[in-house]
Amino acid sequence: MSDTHAHSVAFVRKEQIPQSPPPARQTGASKWLRENLFSNWVNTLLTILAAWAIYLILSAILPWIFNGVWNASSLSECREILAGKTGACFAVLTERWNQLLFGFKYPPELYWRPILCFFLMLVAVAPVLFFDLPRKMLLFTAVFPFVAFYLIWGGPILTPIVALLGCAAGYVIFDRYGKESFAAGFFGGIVGAFVVWIIGGLVVDLVRPENPMMTPVPSRDLGGFMLNMMLGVTCVSLSIPLGIVLALGRQSDMPLIKGICVVFIEFIRGVPLITLLFVASVMLAYFFPPDSTVDLFLRVVIMITMFSSAYIAEVIRGGLAALPKGQYEAADSLGLDYPQAMRLIILPQALKISIPGIVNVAVGLFKDTTLVSVISMFDLIGMIRGPILASTEWNGVYWELLGFAAFLFFVVCYGISQYSQWLERRLATDHR
Amino acid sequence: MGNNPAPGMNTGCFMRPECTPRNGRLHQEEVKMKKTVFFGALTAVGLVAGAASAATLDDVKARGKLNCGVTTGLVGFAAPDANGEWQGFDVAVCRAVAAAVLGDATAVEFVPTTGKTRFTALASGEIDMLARNTTWTFSRDVDLKFEFTGVNYYDGQGFMVPKELGVSSAKDLDGATVCIQTGTTTELNLADFFRSNNIGYEPVPIETNAEAQQQYLAGACDVYTTDASGLAATRATFEAPGDHVILPEIISKEPLGPLVRHGDPEWGDIVRWSLNALIAAEELGISSTNIEELSAGTNNPEINRILGTEGTLGEMLGLDAEWAKRAIAAGGNYGEIFAKNIGESTPIGLARGLNAQWTEGGLLYTPPFR
Repeated sequence: MSDTHAHSVAFVRKEQIPQSPPPARQTGASKWLRENLFSNWVNTLLTILAAWAIYLILSAILPWIFNGVWNASSLSECREILAGKTGACFAVLTERWNQLLFGFKYPPELYWRPILCFFLMLVAVAPVLFFDLPRKMLLFTAVFPFVAFYLIWGGPILTPIVALLGCAAGYVIFDRYGKESFAAGFFGGIVGAFVVWIIGGLVVDLVRPENPMMTPVPSRDLGGFMLNMMLGVTCVSLSIPLGIVLALGRQSDMPLIKGICVVFIEFIRGVPLITLLFVASVMLAYFFPPDSTVDLFLRVVIMITMFSSAYIAEVIRGGLAALPKGQYEAADSLGLDYPQAMRLIILPQALKISIPGIVNVAVGLFKDTTLVSVISMFDLIGMIRGPILASTEWNGVYWELLGFAAFLFFVVCYGISQYSQWLERRLATDHR
Repeated sequence: MGNNPAPGMNTGCFMRPECTPRNGRLHQEEVKMKKTVFFGALTAVGLVAGAASAATLDDVKARGKLNCGVTTGLVGFAAPDANGEWQGFDVAVCRAVAAAVLGDATAVEFVPTTGKTRFTALASGEIDMLARNTTWTFSRDVDLKFEFTGVNYYDGQGFMVPKELGVSSAKDLDGATVCIQTGTTTELNLADFFRSNNIGYEPVPIETNAEAQQQYLAGACDVYTTDASGLAATRATFEAPGDHVILPEIISKEPLGPLVRHGDPEWGDIVRWSLNALIAAEELGISSTNIEELSAGTNNPEINRILGTEGTLGEMLGLDAEWAKRAIAAGGNYGEIFAKNIGESTPIGLARGLNAQWTEGGLLYTPPFR
């Protein structure tokens, strides 16, 4: 058969033609362009319009950024240097960067303390966020809040030590008695902690040194982005455990606990955050005598934590509700008691489902910390709106300052969001 | 919770007649409250009356610092500078009082307040006095139970419009959109003015002066209205100040002054006469440069009484003889403070106008020191 064929045609190719590259319009950038941008006349038109819009925006912004003045002492000097050209006046950032980051009253010679605290915070949260790291690092995480307090507020070193001892005492008591009876361990732990705090507080007052090694800085002097970070980190880390407790409490069979949790969550969710902040800053001042008020920072932390824990509780309740009933029954059939079942079976799955929701609340909360500027705390936005824009030199500089604020917030919020996506991929154990 | 117990604490509760009979018991409870804040929180809910203290002077002396409420930032009147030091026209009043009472113009804890938090801060005792360009009105004085201790700036509400609008009088503003700061008297004046002239307007509510500036420049409103001093300060920061005009109508009286709580007239007197000392100093020619020289003694008995070389004025106030000398030395007399912070040589460039001495056609007229 092949023989006949070989004789009937004049030429038979023996070897394959070498592969030639695809036609120019079918490869690379030109193909991509043709397929994605110019596939038909409507898309072509839209592409041209979009390119024109991008050009307009960039041609307005880029000269503004690249012509920016970085060295001037006032807005009018900026304008003199620019002499009619478009250009940003970034000089406000170079002159006031320390106020934007630390507030206007934090002593400049002590800036190293919050900076050190920030880096220690990165070390402290690392083992919580990335569970491949050695578990022993969690010990540092446990100590970190006290170190941070000491670094930022200063004062006698005994204060954070006593606070730490109180927590340790509470934990030891809980560990010792909690196994036999949860209630005994829980309340015993609280009582133990308070006993240590009260006794320790008296001791601290007795031996209070005249000039502590770390200069004390009152809460009123905190400000700038540091305040946003502090409020954000404190409130998120406090409100997640509180949210879990509230979510579990809401599912409880015990009517009192369930009732308290439902009322708390519904009440807090029904009130705007700004109202709570006003209560914290204005109304509470009426309830306390002038000399003994709870620290404003603490009041605000309590209010924001309450607010976000109510939201996180609802997010986690969603996660709990999404678990099939079989998981609860499986835990029961293994003979696990309630804490074990929750710790080993239910919560790991429920929390995994809730990650996007929790991160959503956390990002929202971090941005909501700027609301404290309305109750005259000088966070980043408060610094911009108040002192900096009210100074004779910088009155009238808006885009540069608010753009800087937006940039700082974007960096943090985008980081949180990227982390949560990594975490979801890392925890993906299903086969979807 | 670092609550340093101050020795000179509340000795009673004003405003609440019902709590006076058991004053002693109340006092005990207050002491207890200091020991444990949380316990105190519970007790205090039932004893709101204890919030405001009667002997403010003793409190301030014991604390060693004057808690003075100021704005969170208003050009020329109060704002921290690049070093974090508060500067401004209102700030100078706080410093003068601190100098008179404590002998140290820097012994002031400036408590920034917003238009909404200022009165609660004062009423609750968080601050000892408020110097936050606050307009003296009947209801604030009487109904809110405050005591205005004088006027440190006579202001009035005006309008600013872009020149290209071609408006020459505020009565032509029918149907205009107006940027207006909420929670201030300007809001009410505006409503009154447009109602009495039978013309309509659309308010654009804004929170701070900075925001207003941006809204106005962005064209969100045709008109910006606030106190004339604020308008001048705002216009001075524009890239092209000449493109905007301030209309001739001044539609309100805005006497701005420091204020204290009702219930402690002695403290009110100290604040009032510290301010008066600054004004009298300008009238009598006492300035920060010649004050040392004059305090050696002069032929003018009033100068001598103010500077404490004659008479017992300081003693009557419960202060020492040199109280007014220190108040004046803190930042200079009224004229010097005005010139340094908001006067014509500053970017704000306000003329003295109504705020000149009565001898020069203004309204500043302090009662005599005798």
